[in-house]
Amino acid sequence: MLITAIFVALSRDLMAVVMVFGAYSLLSAGMFMVMDAPDVAFTEAAVGAGVSTLLMLMALSKTGRFERRVERQWLPLSLTLVTTAVLVYGTLDMPKVGHPENPVHQHVVPRYLEESGKEIGIPNVVTSVLASYRGFDTFGEVVVVFTAGLGVFLLIGGIRRKENR
Amino acid sequence: MIPELALYNYWIVIALMMVGLYTVISRGNLVKKLVGLNIFQTAVFFLYISLGFVLEGAAPILTEGVEVYSNPLPHVLILTAIVVGVATTALGLALVLRIKEAYGTVDEDQLQRMDNEA
Repeated sequence: MLITAIFVALSRDLMAVVMVFGAYSLLSAGMFMVMDAPDVAFTEAAVGAGVSTLLMLMALSKTGRFERRVERQWLPLSLTLVTTAVLVYGTLDMPKVGHPENPVHQHVVPRYLEESGKEIGIPNVVTSVLASYRGFDTFGEVVVVFTAGLGVFLLIGGIRRKENR
Repeated sequence: MIPELALYNYWIVIALMMVGLYTVISRGNLVKKLVGLNIFQTAVFFLYISLGFVLEGAAPILTEGVEVYSNPLPHVLILTAIVVGVATTALGLALVLRIKEAYGTVDEDQLQRMDNEA
């Protein structure tokens, strides 16, 4: 997964970049599956690997396939290395992954796991949290997606109209 | 507990994040920048799912005889985030197409030069 990501960063052939990015999304969907998140894996495989790759290909067909050659730049590289060091130092105090006593598992989640079966009647806890307990979040999401879709249609519609004229 | 699993996930997340960040800040092509942004985004998803992971837990679908589930809350948040992420990517690509139409290029340096001349 890391290798595909690095290839994406270094290659200048944007067609190859988009294809490898699709493979990267699919791999990350596999990783989500391994980490007990089947719902997220489905979404990532359908939306991340499918729809975004398609959108990027459509954009590439208009903007051209090859990136201009860039000389080696030291500022971004050193900046990322410094940030990496700081972040790794930050993780040393983080709770250990996979431990059931971690703070994330203590607050509201036990209630969801114990009561949602009785209260909502759906065995899939992710679904009942998404649609019921956090329904407003999902509503907000729909609003965001609608706004984005509207924006895309306005922007692209402008191009179409000019081409017809 | 398995100690060797402990912080490894975070480091993978950081590595992916930094690859994304490097792509965004070092490359001039706008489409490439968006791909970098997407990699960064996936790293954040990965971080959240790692937080929700419980060793020897099951996927959060209620089943008879299963006691330990992984945390469903990060899954919900990331489900929302993936969909919103694609929406923003689509909007970004649409903007790139408009820029291409208006300037004839999607390279940041050339755009800057054109703006300075104008």
